[in-house]
Amino acid sequence: MNAPARNTRLIKGADGDWEVVIGMEVHAQVTSKSKLFSGASTEFGGAPNSHVSLVDAAMPGMLPVINEECVKQAIRTGLGLNARINLKSVFDRKNYFYPDLPQGYQISQYKSPIVGEGEVIVDLPDGESVTIGIERVHLEQDAGKSLHDQHPSMSFVDLNRSGVALMEIVSKPDLRSPDDAKAYVSKLRSILRYLGTCDGNMEEGSLRADVNVSVRKPGAPLGTRCEIKNVNSIRFIGQAIEYEARRQIDILEDGGRIDQETRLFDPGKGETRSMRSKEEAHDYRYFPDPDLLPLEFDQAYVDALKAHLPELPDEKKTRFISGFGLTPYDAGVLVGERETADFFEAVAKGRDAKIAANWVINELAGRLNKEGRDIASSPVSADQLGTILDLIGEGTISGKIAKDLFEIVWAEGGDPRAIVESRGMKQVTDLGAIEKVVDEILAGNPDKVADAKSNPKAIGWFVGQVMKSSGGKANPQAVNDLLKAKLGL
Amino acid sequence: MTELTSLTIADARDGLTTKRFSASELAEAHLAAMEKARVLNAYVLETPDVARAMACESDRRIAAGKAGPLEGIPVAIKDMFCTKDVRTTACSHILDTFVPAYESTVTAQLWRDGAVLLGKTNNDEFAMGSSNETSFFGPVTSPWRRQGANTPLVPGGSSGGSAAAVAAGICLGATGTDTGGSIRQPAAFAGIVGVKPTYGRCSRWGTIAFASSLDQAGPFARSVRDAAILLRSMAGHDAKDTTSIDQPVPDYEAAIGKSVKGMKIGIPKEYRVGGMAAEIETLWAQGADWLKKAGADIVEVSLPHTRYALPAYYIVAPAEASSNLARYDGVRYGLRENGRDITDMYERTRASGFGAEVRRRIMIGTYVLSAGYYDAYYLRAQKVRTLIKKDFEDCFDKGVNAILTPATPSAAFGIGEKGGADPVEMYLNDVFTVTVNMAGLPGISVPGGLSSEGLPLGLQLIGRPFDEETLFSLGEVIEQAAGRFTPQAWW
Repeated sequence: MNAPARNTRLIKGADGDWEVVIGMEVHAQVTSKSKLFSGASTEFGGAPNSHVSLVDAAMPGMLPVINEECVKQAIRTGLGLNARINLKSVFDRKNYFYPDLPQGYQISQYKSPIVGEGEVIVDLPDGESVTIGIERVHLEQDAGKSLHDQHPSMSFVDLNRSGVALMEIVSKPDLRSPDDAKAYVSKLRSILRYLGTCDGNMEEGSLRADVNVSVRKPGAPLGTRCEIKNVNSIRFIGQAIEYEARRQIDILEDGGRIDQETRLFDPGKGETRSMRSKEEAHDYRYFPDPDLLPLEFDQAYVDALKAHLPELPDEKKTRFISGFGLTPYDAGVLVGERETADFFEAVAKGRDAKIAANWVINELAGRLNKEGRDIASSPVSADQLGTILDLIGEGTISGKIAKDLFEIVWAEGGDPRAIVESRGMKQVTDLGAIEKVVDEILAGNPDKVADAKSNPKAIGWFVGQVMKSSGGKANPQAVNDLLKAKLGL
Repeated sequence: MTELTSLTIADARDGLTTKRFSASELAEAHLAAMEKARVLNAYVLETPDVARAMACESDRRIAAGKAGPLEGIPVAIKDMFCTKDVRTTACSHILDTFVPAYESTVTAQLWRDGAVLLGKTNNDEFAMGSSNETSFFGPVTSPWRRQGANTPLVPGGSSGGSAAAVAAGICLGATGTDTGGSIRQPAAFAGIVGVKPTYGRCSRWGTIAFASSLDQAGPFARSVRDAAILLRSMAGHDAKDTTSIDQPVPDYEAAIGKSVKGMKIGIPKEYRVGGMAAEIETLWAQGADWLKKAGADIVEVSLPHTRYALPAYYIVAPAEASSNLARYDGVRYGLRENGRDITDMYERTRASGFGAEVRRRIMIGTYVLSAGYYDAYYLRAQKVRTLIKKDFEDCFDKGVNAILTPATPSAAFGIGEKGGADPVEMYLNDVFTVTVNMAGLPGISVPGGLSSEGLPLGLQLIGRPFDEETLFSLGEVIEQAAGRFTPQAWW
């Protein structure tokens, strides 16, 4: 946490550089069919109060019973974060009154969380990798939702989310810039999605972050932090930190001091504003929940879960680099989403992996991005893309035609090989036919021919002309060879 | 009492099996007696329609040869147990119109075994009290009176209604909850048997919580055997309560009449509290003598941390209560007093919905859990609790089978006599009983005799975890020696 400041991430102030120090508490909704302490469904989007058990509504005499699947998910998450798993942990009550908190307390883990210290390796846009420490991960209940827009004078409460399991993943204050923070959350999201322990859906609130921000002069002790609550997109996390760091620097440079407080980010205005001060902070009166025994399991239980963990992004990336000869950048892009990595592997199987990577990253991902789709709903399957690559490899179509073919498959579907056949997209490899075209073009452009003899690079113009006149179907290699021979290069 | 209302559960079981009377006749006799005894205020809700329907079902099952272990036995249920479609209030204004859509595990098991619901009994509000005077529905008057006087006396608490109902013959048995003595103390005051089982023996699911780590349901009955019969139905593991223990429920009734010869009975010297009434001391010695005559060895034992139990209890119990009662906020069910904004609504609802004693305990509990005080109070009280538990463990490790103590420091007192100025005066009633809850052990209160004023006095036996059977065996020895005690009906 006191690692030397990375110079590139310092913020310029009026009187010198400032370093921003960020720690995050990410709340990730546990992927599970039912809630943390009740059998009610966790499905998103049900009619208000349609997924509420007697326990969730805190009826008199109701008792929580731990959902073992949520415990397993928390352990898997801990393992995925290379963290210590605590074989004994304790559920505590965090007491406060709020209409969407039926029990009058949230069951959480305070002093003894299920997961202890771990780390996440984060790749930054500039290619550098940093290791971010994880302080802890604990399980807790989500609250319900207050609805203030349903009635002119009343607020309504929807308890569908009440009691849904969350993992609070707390980082150490190891992040030093908005980019660090964004990359950290992206990586965390990627790991959780690989593990299948959180769907990472930020629009639905499955993943949201409390961001702690402070600033200091490089090498100075930590400054006073402000906590920005409930930021629900990676872009907003960056904006909120950017704004908050600047706000704090301005105050300090004007001779003021930072008040420890909780702030909210307003995405409309792109600014943070005060929510409550330290003095107004709740006294949560944490104490061990007497309705629940300490949560205990043995190492064998953890080992069994570990044995079934999927390959995680870091391992996959290493394998893609060493096994497929991809660049670290390409490998990094491909492993970000497990579906993308799987797609790539299916395409690359038995084919040139670099070409496969190139097509998946540039053609496919680019096209998907443009239409706002994800790879799971890609109109071009891995099989279809693989066949396109085969057609290129066999010399049946050129790279250029392949792009047209990709568009056709995207729009209409079908077997690429059959499409090439039926639409006459096959590359012309008949040398006589190509030679005829080459001769026509050379004859029609004597000045360019003279030019090319002294400037061999001008051959490109002839290649273009021949390709154009053949409708793109001439084999580029054959065209090149013929031109070189005829021009005497 | 009529013939039918003065039966023990065991006798009634025989009468029903041999068809000497029907479950419906038994229920009717009790409903009539309840009507006559309304002045006691033991019931906060009589359920004659439910009783008649259940009794009718019982008669049908008896006729079909499918009688359960409690078939046709009319019982009263403390108003802390949620009963489906039957108003359940914890005797608090904040829940005084609450009708649960679910049945507590303990009562569901009673109905499973054929018992018949007569009604819901009065208790101190949220089971907080030792005299049944904090109930929103007013105090219960004990069926007992001092000799030659008609001062209304308390039945004890918090399960005062259940104790009074059993003693007055307006049910054959009843349920209670015991957090610091709420079954054993009223049983002693009413001259009946009350059992606080080992923590985890009965499910807490569907029972309105006071202090989760201390609360335990148990039976009231007019004989030790009856208490054993009731507990067998009430006890058992429940997957819906993770603090309930997955151990088979023994046939407790089989422990009745078992020899206690060679059993080691501990007499804890620390329970000789200063200023103990002479007649309590005499009763205690008498109890030890009875057990000795039955072949038990009486040994003096030490429970050195006893004197810290009551103060520690009055930190732990209110702390848990302050959190358990947070759900009564006027948002989803129960009383709501409208306010300017949400905070105002909370304040008005809770100020109006909770009585003075409940408010006091919520405030104490909130205080001892608050930042800066947690370590000094709550944490320290938990450490004391560990020491108290260890005291008992050390004792049992030395071969002691059970510990004999008085159940209460005095006989029943008059309504309005205690705790008016100083709540601690009332809290001192629990001095012999709270240690048992703090250690999670089973305890039984058995009548041992009458005071000089003619009021019942009880003896308490404390057992090893999950060894209720020994308590029933020993309790019956005392019962055989002391006899049973019935109040003169004056109502």
